[in-house]
Amino acid sequence: MSDLLVILIPVFPLLAVLLNGLLGHRYSPALAGQIGCGSVGLSFLCSLVVLGEMVSTGTTREVIAYTWIFGGDLNVNLGFLIDPLTTVMLLVVTGVGFLIHVYSVGYMHGEEGYTRFFTYMNLFTVSMLLLVMGNNYLVLFIGWEGVGLCSYLLIGYYFDRISAAKAATKAFVVNRIGDAGFLLAIFLVFVNFKSLDYTIVFSQVDQLSTEMATAIAFCLLIGAIGKSAQIPLYIWLPDAMEGPTPVSALIHAATMVTAGVYMVVRNHVLFDMAPVALITVGWIGGVTALFAATIGLVQNDIKRVLAYSTVSQLGYMFLACGVGAYIAAIFHLVTHAFFKALLFLSAGSVIHAVGGEQDIRKMGGLWSKIPRTHGVFLVGTLAIAGIPPLAGFWSKDEIMAHAFVNGEYGLYLMAAIGALLTAFYMFRLTYLIFYGQSRVDPKVEHHIHESPPMMTVPLIVLAFLAIVGGFLGVPPEHGWIHGFLAGVATPAGAEVHEVSFGLLVGLMGIAILIAVSGWGVAHYLYSARPRAAEDWAARAPGAYGTLLNKYYVDELYDWMFVEPCKRLGRIWDWVDSNIIDRMVRAVGRMVDLGSAGSTWFEKHVIYGAANVIGFGNHLVAWSWRKLQSGMVHHYAAMIVVGLFLLVHFLLIWLTGKSVL
Amino acid sequence: MTVPITHYMILSGLVFLIGVVGVLIRRNIIIILLSIELMLNATNINFVAFSSYLGNVAGQVFVFFALTVAAAEVAVGLAIIIALYRHHSSINVDDFQLLKW
Amino acid sequence: MTIPLADLVTILPEMIVVFAACVLLVLDPITPPSKKDWLAWMSLGALVVCFFITGATMNDRVFAFSDLVVVDAYASFWKLLLYLVSGLTILLSMTYLKEEGIDLAEFYGLILLSLTGMMVMVSGADLLVIYLGIELMSIPLYIMAGFKRFEARSIEASAKYFILGSFSSGILLYGISLLYGAAGSTRLADIAVAVDARGLEDPLVLIAMMLLIVGFGFKVAAVPFHMWTPDVYQGAPTSVTIFMAVASKAASFGAFLRVLLEAFGGVKPNWNGPILVICIGTLVLGNIVAVVQTNIKRMLAYSSIAHAGYALVGLVVVGWAGTEGAVASRGVSSVMLYLAIYSFMTLGAFSIVAILRRGGLEGEELEDFTGLSKRHKGAAFLMLLFMVSLAGIPPTAGFIAKLYLFMAAVDAGLAWLAVVGLVFAAVSAFFYLRVVMVMYMREPSATQEIETRLALTPTTTVVLACAVAGVVLLGIYPSPLISVTTFAAIPFR
Repeated sequence: MSDLLVILIPVFPLLAVLLNGLLGHRYSPALAGQIGCGSVGLSFLCSLVVLGEMVSTGTTREVIAYTWIFGGDLNVNLGFLIDPLTTVMLLVVTGVGFLIHVYSVGYMHGEEGYTRFFTYMNLFTVSMLLLVMGNNYLVLFIGWEGVGLCSYLLIGYYFDRISAAKAATKAFVVNRIGDAGFLLAIFLVFVNFKSLDYTIVFSQVDQLSTEMATAIAFCLLIGAIGKSAQIPLYIWLPDAMEGPTPVSALIHAATMVTAGVYMVVRNHVLFDMAPVALITVGWIGGVTALFAATIGLVQNDIKRVLAYSTVSQLGYMFLACGVGAYIAAIFHLVTHAFFKALLFLSAGSVIHAVGGEQDIRKMGGLWSKIPRTHGVFLVGTLAIAGIPPLAGFWSKDEIMAHAFVNGEYGLYLMAAIGALLTAFYMFRLTYLIFYGQSRVDPKVEHHIHESPPMMTVPLIVLAFLAIVGGFLGVPPEHGWIHGFLAGVATPAGAEVHEVSFGLLVGLMGIAILIAVSGWGVAHYLYSARPRAAEDWAARAPGAYGTLLNKYYVDELYDWMFVEPCKRLGRIWDWVDSNIIDRMVRAVGRMVDLGSAGSTWFEKHVIYGAANVIGFGNHLVAWSWRKLQSGMVHHYAAMIVVGLFLLVHFLLIWLTGKSVL
Repeated sequence: MTVPITHYMILSGLVFLIGVVGVLIRRNIIIILLSIELMLNATNINFVAFSSYLGNVAGQVFVFFALTVAAAEVAVGLAIIIALYRHHSSINVDDFQLLKW
Repeated sequence: MTIPLADLVTILPEMIVVFAACVLLVLDPITPPSKKDWLAWMSLGALVVCFFITGATMNDRVFAFSDLVVVDAYASFWKLLLYLVSGLTILLSMTYLKEEGIDLAEFYGLILLSLTGMMVMVSGADLLVIYLGIELMSIPLYIMAGFKRFEARSIEASAKYFILGSFSSGILLYGISLLYGAAGSTRLADIAVAVDARGLEDPLVLIAMMLLIVGFGFKVAAVPFHMWTPDVYQGAPTSVTIFMAVASKAASFGAFLRVLLEAFGGVKPNWNGPILVICIGTLVLGNIVAVVQTNIKRMLAYSSIAHAGYALVGLVVVGWAGTEGAVASRGVSSVMLYLAIYSFMTLGAFSIVAILRRGGLEGEELEDFTGLSKRHKGAAFLMLLFMVSLAGIPPTAGFIAKLYLFMAAVDAGLAWLAVVGLVFAAVSAFFYLRVVMVMYMREPSATQEIETRLALTPTTTVVLACAVAGVVLLGIYPSPLISVTTFAAIPFR
């Protein structure tokens, strides 16, 4: 019975995809929206039942839907692994996903392609569920590619914008780079274990040499970096904000981008065997957390600020993995899903209110006009900035504490500075949007209105979660989530650092201090002395410009990868037109010479004979045409040249062999 | 006195080569067709020579089949050339470059 | 001398197809134009009968006509695939030929004759039979490529195909004659004995083998013998292109594998190097040149070249030093699986191109697909599915095909080749998804806004349904097909 329940979780949204995709044009868009939301809601209910069973019995189960690939020693089931880690991810994906679906009903109302939107969203949900539920690497990979494809389709949703299509392609190509690494890791796993099932792989992992474990871990890491937008592959995420706001909330904040973190935690056994890879994870995370936060300081597009903040927060999760604090990583993943979905959705509500404007310089003083949105946005800001007792405080503090206790003071320092910046830019955002003078375009000023309940109710639920979500992990190290995940996300063989109560309180105090000072600086610059920020920016134009232009990384990549390709193309073009063309013409002339020779021969030798026979005349007449290299000859010549090259190669191949 | 087998092979090789070169350098489709026939006949020389050298009749049987196939091929080829001529009023292969890169 | 009845029974499917083709050609002139469809249905009926006969005898391994012909699971697998593809081509042609104004029932006769050639190819145990099969397959194809007699491009495609095709079969035949000299027989088994006895470095065998590789390399469109492919695929009527890209390629691979493994199985290192070079060259060129194409048929032609490159990976696996037994047979079965799945995806993609062609709309240029999702959701979605599958993105069948192939490669110790394949699969995503982008992320231009009428008749619907079923079902439940290919590859253990 409960096996069926597990299988039903991805089946509900899948049915919705089929229904909306195949028959969507037969009924009204409103019904399509209801089907889309309802299916995710049903999945959420099933997930809750699964959670109940998990809590009461505590057993890990594998549910095999059917044998997917069967042939020789390659045996892969479409199977689901239901353990505490999967259960947590299930709840995040279906729960937050459901709220975002409900919100979309209001937000996307009246947009063209409403049914299509819900079809893609549900398809995304199916893929994401496969990703987190799979009991082997291949099912994980299907989900992995599936979410990438849906992300591609949804970023390009507004197809009348060229920038959207470009962003979609960029996201897909960057992700493919990561995917290639991931697939290579899968091959390596298969070669070493002759199986792709987690249970088999993780139980036999001791047979692996450290070098092989490191190789696999690095390949996995490449995949995770691509999907979770870490340095150096983070560039696609800010551009992905071209998609509709609910998409940003669901895919590019709450679920898909956290897949990399999930994957690292899922494979922590492999990473534990490869300390070099593990600490690389940590440093990539730390550097990304700080780096993205600095860019977030000066961005003026509301969604871009949130995008860089997402990159930065994902960096925290990687950092946590890197210091072996897998539970803290998942804890932060959960709370981040709450408050970042909240922030994106309320940003959507703001954008909705001011008629599509995304530039925060053209907002201000909105708090009285859209009070509910203001309230929930403030909750989100407080949560992400790390003001206790909201969700972000507990999870971020835990990550920083782990970095400190494990002796990674460099990582701790980066995380701390990052936290300061996070608090600053989030309050900057809040002040610029909601307080101070209104800078809204007078034409839209009187149109400003609060969003409908369909949008605000999910916001309020998410705000509630962002407030209380942190208590899953209270008290630190001994909260509910720690006990729940202890069996699946505890690093193997790591020494346990006893943390004294005093140190814990001290670290918490520092964290609070950091958060409050970030708030304070933002208050000083954007509320108390509104001119100060511009003064500062004017005083250090170089630094400001660098940040505003995102460290010129896009330009750097252009210069490093795109430009050389183009230059290569131009060089190739030159080679093509000057060298190859000449060669072709030379060969052509030689062929022509041969042809002319044969024609001469024909004319003077055969002609006489042919004349006697009587029909040679025609042949000569026909063959004496303008001498020009024709295509068919090239093709036939290619066959002959290919034959000669291959024989030549074969001789080298064979003699090379015999010499060796 | 019999002619050694290598002589036959050299002969057939030369005929084959003439055929290949003919396909490569000639422009008239009919001559190209004839060059291909030369290639096929080179193989026939080979088959017959080997057949008598090995005292094995299979090669000669193969020749009959090869001849038949060659005849069928020529029939179809000429039909195609006629259709081509109707379009282009030419059977020079240089004139047929509608389909390229 | 009498022919034993048992031998005739063995080639019953071939006889049925030939008979049907002859009846068709006789009935064609005396059938009124309104009844021409009956002839198509008749040929389909013949295929269905053959399908059941071949399916029922799949487990046998019978030699006939003094070992000239062999009917084993390997041959039966290819035949089943060929029946299916030919049947779908005929179904599609019933609508497509009318759209193009070339609905002559000869067409079906030619398809059946060509099919007979393919069946003979995959069943041949003797180079004579295989050569006859190749010619019987190719000659009707030359004619069909030029079936749009009134269109210069079609005739040009036909002429190019004819010149290069007979050129390459001349090369092939010369190789066969040299092999005959070396072995005193053209039977694959006898050749294997002679090749083993003469050893690795006998020049006669080496040159003959290279000539055979060139001949077959041409038929499967492998670099550098691929140059005819884009021109001919573009110029030929689309349903003929489908037949060439799918059926003729599958049959050629079937015969290619059998010749290399049965006749040259003892000298794997000899052919493995050249095949490896051809394989990598094909992967590189096919995928890269496809990027710059603007004509969909041409792009799909390069894509079919690239897919031949992937299938050759399986051949390299079989030939790789040290792969014996199960791994070698995995290589063979991965080629079979790859081509079976490739058939569905390519057939589907070309069918969309074919049914778009109506009322003056070409449906062949990339431009013609602009904003297709706005104009015809269903067609756009199916094209999306086929493109995703061709790019090898899960959960479509294209992913399974590549996965199984690369797994076999990694198993044989060729992880680096799998990496090369993966890199070019990533490149291929670029041009396949460009079609998706054009369909979904661009507005149709004003002239295209007019409701697109598709040539959607019951028969084309069946073709598309089959292709989609293949792409989707084989993606989510490929096990039956994998078992069949594994079973069919057992002779090459």
